[in-house]
Amino acid sequence: MSALARKLGVVAQRRKSTVGAGVSLPIVGALVAVAIFLVVGSLSSSIFAQQTVAGLAQGAVFGSLALALVLIYRATEVINFAQGEMGMAMTYVGYQLTLWGLSYWLAFTLTLAIAFVFGVVVQLTVIRPVQHRSVIAVVIVTVGLFILTDGIVTWIWGADLKFMAAPFGNQVYHAGSVAFARQDLGVLLVSILSVILLWVLFQFTKLGLAMRAAALRPAAAALVGIRVNWMLAIGWGLASVLGAVAGLMTEPTQFLQPTMMQAILIYAFAAAVLGGLESPAGAVIGGVLLGVFLNLVGQYVHFVTSELRLPAAFAVLLIVLVVKPTGLLGRTQVRRV
Amino acid sequence: MAALLELENVRARYGPVQALHGVSLEVDEGQIVAVLGANGAGKTTTLRAISNSVRREGSIRFAGKSVGRGGPDDVARLGIAHVPEGRGTFAELTVWENLRLGAYTRRGSIKDDLARVSAHFPWIDERRDQQSGTLSGGEQQMLALARALMQRPRLLLLDEPSLGLAPKLVTEIFRIIKDLNDVEGLTVLVVEQNAHIALQLAQKAYVLEVGRVALSGPSTELQQHESVRRSYLGY
Repeated sequence: MSALARKLGVVAQRRKSTVGAGVSLPIVGALVAVAIFLVVGSLSSSIFAQQTVAGLAQGAVFGSLALALVLIYRATEVINFAQGEMGMAMTYVGYQLTLWGLSYWLAFTLTLAIAFVFGVVVQLTVIRPVQHRSVIAVVIVTVGLFILTDGIVTWIWGADLKFMAAPFGNQVYHAGSVAFARQDLGVLLVSILSVILLWVLFQFTKLGLAMRAAALRPAAAALVGIRVNWMLAIGWGLASVLGAVAGLMTEPTQFLQPTMMQAILIYAFAAAVLGGLESPAGAVIGGVLLGVFLNLVGQYVHFVTSELRLPAAFAVLLIVLVVKPTGLLGRTQVRRV
Repeated sequence: MAALLELENVRARYGPVQALHGVSLEVDEGQIVAVLGANGAGKTTTLRAISNSVRREGSIRFAGKSVGRGGPDDVARLGIAHVPEGRGTFAELTVWENLRLGAYTRRGSIKDDLARVSAHFPWIDERRDQQSGTLSGGEQQMLALARALMQRPRLLLLDEPSLGLAPKLVTEIFRIIKDLNDVEGLTVLVVEQNAHIALQLAQKAYVLEVGRVALSGPSTELQQHESVRRSYLGY
C-alpha cells in the first residue's frame, strides 16, 4: 500500500515538474545582454545603428511569418510549408486591388480580410480532409499547396517583377549622423503592431482562450462546448493574415515576384526554431534576433556577402537544433499518457 | 415523470472490440446515480457514449429529447457537463482560464458562477492565476468539478473522481458532490471503482459487467446484496 502511495507521489511530482514555468533565467539574461549590446553599439557607431534598425525591420517580418508557422504548429503539430506562398499570393491580391484604383492602405486592409477567409477556406477544404490521417499526410498537402499557389500566381500574374506603390515613401530621417529609412521604421511598426494585436486576441478574449484550449487539448475543449474544428480553421485564417502582412511588408524591398517569400520562409523557419517551435513569443524574438544578426554579420564579417545570408540562417538553425533543440523559449514537451 | 436521462440498449465499440453490449439506465432529476464495475466493464465508455465522445448505437434521451449524433461540443451545449477520466483540465492554462472555459457556451457575466464556485472551493480565489498543472492532484480534481459547475449543467457526468487521490481527499470531494446535490438539486451520474463510497453517496446504482448491466437498484439494497458485497465491497 505504501509502495503504491509512494509511486503515486512520484508520478504527481514528476507531473508537476514538467509543467514548470517557461522562461529560464540564463536566457532572459542573454536577451538583456543582447539588447544592451545593440543599444551601446548603436550609440557609438552610426553604421551599426542603421544596420540594427534595418535588421529589426527585416527581423519583424521574419517574426510575423514565424509566428504564423508557430500558430499552426501548436494546433496541428505540422509546419505549413505553404505559409510563405500563401502570403505571397495575398500580396498579389493587394497589388491587384491597387491596380483597380484602391489606395495602398485600403488595399492593405482589404487584403488582410481576404487573407483571413483564404486561410479558413484552405483549412476547411484542403487540410481538414487529411488532418486525422497522419502528420506526414498534412505535410505533403502543404507542400502541394506551395506548388499549387506558386503555379496559380504565375499563371495569373506572370513571373516577371512587379511593383506596388511604396507604402511608406522614400524619406530618410536623420538623428545626428544616423540615417533611418522611413520604410524600415514603417515595416517594423506594422509587423510589431499586427503581432501585438494577435497577442491581445489570444491573451484577453474569450475567442482567443478557446483557440488556445482547442490547440492544447482538443478533446477536453470539445467537452466544454468549444467548436474545435472551427477554432482550427480560424487559426489558419489568422496565420494567413500574418503571412499576408509578412508578404506586404516584404514587397517594398524584394518587390513582387512569385519567389519573393521563399527565402523569407526559410528565415522564418530558422526564427521559429530559434525561439522554440511551441512559443509564439519565441518566434517573434527569434525573428528579430535573426534579422539583426544577419545584418550585422553582413556588415562587419567581410566574407559573409549577401549570397551567404541564407547559409548563415541555416547555420543558426543547425546550431539551435544541436545545442538547444527546444529553442530560447520552448520547453520540453509535456505529454500526459 | 420521465427520467432526465434515459439510455436504452446503448452499444459502443472501439475498433473491433465491443465495449458496451446494450446498456440501459435511467437517471431522475435531482438524483445521484452511481455506475460501478471492475476495470474494463464499460463504465467510462458509458459516460463517453452519453457525451458522444465515442461512436455509439442505441437511444439516449436527455430531458425528453433525443441526444443527436453531433460531437461532444453539441452535448455540452445541451447542459451536460462531462468531467472525463484524467480530469480534462487544461494544465497549461491558469485556474481562472479553466473556469472561464467552463462557462464558454454562455453569454454575459460569469460573476455569479465564480462566486458560487468559490463558495464550494474557497482556495480557488487566491489561486486564480496559478498554472493549473502545478496544482496537487486533489486540487486538480476540484478544479475539474468547479469548471463543470461553471457550465451550469443540468446533468453532471463524473468519471472516477476518486482516482489516484488520498482517502481524505476522496471524502472531501464526495462531500462536495453531496452538497451540490442536497443544496442545489444537481443531478449527477458518477462512475466509480470505489463502490463503498459511491453507494453511500448515490440513491441508485448500476453494476456493469463486461458491457452489460448486471445488477441495479437502490443503493441501500445493493449494499446488502450478496454478490456486490463479495465482489465490490470486500466483505
